[in-house]
Amino acid sequence: MNLSRRQMLILLPAAAIAWKAVLAGTPEEASNYTMSEHWWGMLIDIPKCIGCGNCVRACQTENDVPDGHFRTWVERYHRSDWPMTESGEVTANPMIDPEVISPDGGKEGFPVATDESGKYFFVPKMCNHCADSPCTQVCPVGATFISPDGVVLVDQKYCLGCAYCVQACPYGCRYIHPTKEVADKCTLCYHRITKGLTTACCEACPTGARQLVDLKNPKDPIHEFMKTHTVQVLKPQMATGAKLFYNDLDGSVR
Amino acid sequence: MSVFKDAGHLFRFAGLFVLAFLIFLVVRHFVVPKSFGQYGHYRGAAMGEIAAHPAKFAGHETCEGCHSDVADKKAKGKHAHVDCEVCHGALIKLLPAPAERPANIFERFIASIDPKGPPEIPFVRHADDPSSMVPELPDTALLCTRCHTASTAKPKGFPQVVPADHSNGVPCQTCHDPHSPGLNAGGAK
Repeated sequence: MNLSRRQMLILLPAAAIAWKAVLAGTPEEASNYTMSEHWWGMLIDIPKCIGCGNCVRACQTENDVPDGHFRTWVERYHRSDWPMTESGEVTANPMIDPEVISPDGGKEGFPVATDESGKYFFVPKMCNHCADSPCTQVCPVGATFISPDGVVLVDQKYCLGCAYCVQACPYGCRYIHPTKEVADKCTLCYHRITKGLTTACCEACPTGARQLVDLKNPKDPIHEFMKTHTVQVLKPQMATGAKLFYNDLDGSVR
Repeated sequence: MSVFKDAGHLFRFAGLFVLAFLIFLVVRHFVVPKSFGQYGHYRGAAMGEIAAHPAKFAGHETCEGCHSDVADKKAKGKHAHVDCEVCHGALIKLLPAPAERPANIFERFIASIDPKGPPEIPFVRHADDPSSMVPELPDTALLCTRCHTASTAKPKGFPQVVPADHSNGVPCQTCHDPHSPGLNAGGAK
């Protein structure tokens, strides 16, 4: 076959474009979920939490979390009134030293409180799915990462179980799985949210204290909520870009 | 070329380096998973594997597909926003997995470069075949008291009772229908 230089110059780019189309032709998974359209987080409405522990149990069921380990847990804070001597001297600072309990992660609820003094409240905790997470930065093998839709995940096939990430998490949200011997943590129910379901803990919350939020969705109620409420994250001074937003968070929570 | 005089051993050494580098490239090609670096310094395929984990809570929409009578009653009552599986338990039950994942690091690494991915975990869904799996409903007394036992730690506006004083041992559902717990709703039928 004889090709002139002119024909060749036309054919080569055409072939290149065709080859590109062949390469791009078959997406790996036929799914209507597009990662770039989401940026996941969660809202926790402290005044709504009653400390029933449903979220902790649901998470354990959904994700086969071993006993004694938690992907989410609930803490009960009791910030007492300012303890004063008769002369009016303050003896302790309840803002710095509140009483915190979390029996078995709050899985079976909390003991009945009868003390009327001070302020009681429940703080559900879990992975903050930080946008600039310290835990993913320390992984020596690239086994933990922030997905393009803003979820911090662990590739359990790649994880060596060195536990650097467990130490790096400022919120204590990771643990080493006792039988798999790899790092384990909240996946924000990635297997559910990618299929249009909410997380197991949100599904199980009877009062709506936990809400999955998609910050990239302009119709998500979170945007209106953030305008009208005092929303905070834990340890903002760590600059982790936490996406676990707490409404009405007390100053004594660490 | 007097510069290269007696330099043969250096060329042989350089050859060895080139050979070692080529071997490194070949080994690297087979050992590094295809999707590594697709989105960043991690295996892109890991997200698909995590997303393949079977869900156990089906979501209240699934329940409402068949039990629309309960859904209608619930929508009018105080428990409108309490989802079905909060009390009734998860709708999907996993069957025993075919094989445990390899525990030792070497086998795990081999598994990580296996393009087939992990075996699928079989499951039964109450929604597919109601008799195959019936969600476990715990004792009503436990379910009610978990949330409604009086405690000063709970938010003040939340309805709470001291169970012993409130009902004198009479089961909750004698007076309250859990799907619509207000007393004027008529209680259990």
